[in-house]
Amino acid sequence: MEIFVAKKSEFKASDRRIVQSERGEIGVFHHEGGFYAYSNTCLHSGGPACEGVLMPKVVDIIAEDRTYQGQEFDESEMHFVCPWHGWEYDIKTGQSIGDRRQFLRKFEVVERGDDVFVIA
Amino acid sequence: MKAKTPDNVREVRFDEFSSSDSLIKAAEQAHKRNYKDFLIVDVDSHHYESESYGEIFKFIDNPVIRRQALESASRGGRSSMLGGSVGYQDIGGRITRHWLRRHEKTEGPEHRDITTTLRWMDAMGVDYACLFPTPMLFLGTHPQVEIEVAMARAYNRWLCDTILEHEPRIISMLYLPFNDPEATYQMVKDFGHRKGVKGFMVTAPRYKPVHDNAYMKTYRLLEEMGLPISFHAAYNWNDQSLQLTNRFIGVHALGFMWFNMVHMTNWVVNGLPERFPKLKVMWIESGLTWAYSLMQRLDHSYKMRTSDCPALKRKPSEYMREMYFSSQPMEMPDDPSILEATFKMINAETQLVWSSDYPHWDFDLPGVIYDLPFLNEQSKRNILGGNAAKLFNLDPKPVKNIPTARSLK
Repeated sequence: MEIFVAKKSEFKASDRRIVQSERGEIGVFHHEGGFYAYSNTCLHSGGPACEGVLMPKVVDIIAEDRTYQGQEFDESEMHFVCPWHGWEYDIKTGQSIGDRRQFLRKFEVVERGDDVFVIA
Repeated sequence: MKAKTPDNVREVRFDEFSSSDSLIKAAEQAHKRNYKDFLIVDVDSHHYESESYGEIFKFIDNPVIRRQALESASRGGRSSMLGGSVGYQDIGGRITRHWLRRHEKTEGPEHRDITTTLRWMDAMGVDYACLFPTPMLFLGTHPQVEIEVAMARAYNRWLCDTILEHEPRIISMLYLPFNDPEATYQMVKDFGHRKGVKGFMVTAPRYKPVHDNAYMKTYRLLEEMGLPISFHAAYNWNDQSLQLTNRFIGVHALGFMWFNMVHMTNWVVNGLPERFPKLKVMWIESGLTWAYSLMQRLDHSYKMRTSDCPALKRKPSEYMREMYFSSQPMEMPDDPSILEATFKMINAETQLVWSSDYPHWDFDLPGVIYDLPFLNEQSKRNILGGNAAKLFNLDPKPVKNIPTARSLK
């Protein structure tokens, strides 16, 4: 079933919408030109996984001599964060960062002209 | 032109907040699991008393300390009477309720903390919540004992007069200024009979041993009054051992176990359970694995070193198994049989009491107990509310009002 989400032109950078469907709530993200949709139910304790902040992956900077040189953001891997407890997910795959064997249920997003739909 | 947003689509806003809406998916769980049918008691929840310092400081008895407190609160600036502790509980802003909560709107004559507390309680399906402060969890490490005493008395008076007196679903175990044994004793005498006071609480990070003779008359008084004593865990990043950790995850994971492990060890090996056999003792917010571990460690050594603790008539674990343990943050091993063994070890059926720790960053929902595969329905209900109802002498009839979940609207 196709559900109309919004006009593409209405999405700001790294914007999202929450869609109510018969298969539960779905978070639809617009990030770096693409659309990604996932179940809005966190794998941890059922929180609103898609309703938190977006934050890039944090990495330790380890030098060639293996000494620690601080931390930085890796802007190439954006995470969305469940606001209840901070569980992080890769925005492009839905992969749980704390347990990479787990993924949020993913939904297909279709663009037709300026209209954005999610298949649920 | 902007198209009309369909009714089934919504935006996510970061300029408004409601405790009910932010937990609406918890309400959904509460409906699905029929929490309305049975009592749920949260033995460890929090508010941010620092938001009410202006009110609380007025309750400080000593005029000099009161003046210092009110002045330091009004000016802000580089120092304050109560100081603070280094911490990153909101995980760099990822826990959004910590910074969004200032947008929450409340109406009506009752105190804001009553309104917001009842909102999250109803959303989770909680009937009664034992409310504790937040920054004051670190007050036991304040360098001035008289400040701890002054703040403890002021906070307890404010809590009783402003919150507990007005809302029967909110209860508390009051803060004990443990660095002053005489003031600790007086606190129990003065406040033990107040409405909603179900016991007394010692914040665990501190450096006075629980077996000091100076505390015996307080334990005796609590035992006579039938009120439990609890030890609420927290960390002290200035503790010499914990200073070795460089990440919050480290100091939190270790610190919340460390002080309770020390106090429990002292409590047992000094024979306090034999001296106060009817005193109910509760250990709060250390999770469960520490107890599982410590029982085995102490039993193992006890069999070789009974002369170190001659007051004991049984193994240490047998005394520990008669104490109460709050559940949060409940460790969830991949293999549930490990958790099942822990439950067996602490006699969870009668001694485990569920807690949320809400609104703190690692809060638990009732589902951490209700969804366990190895518990029957009665055991779940005991842990979620029945055990605490007996301990606190609460009416077992549910009184919550779970809001309608989005999916049910």
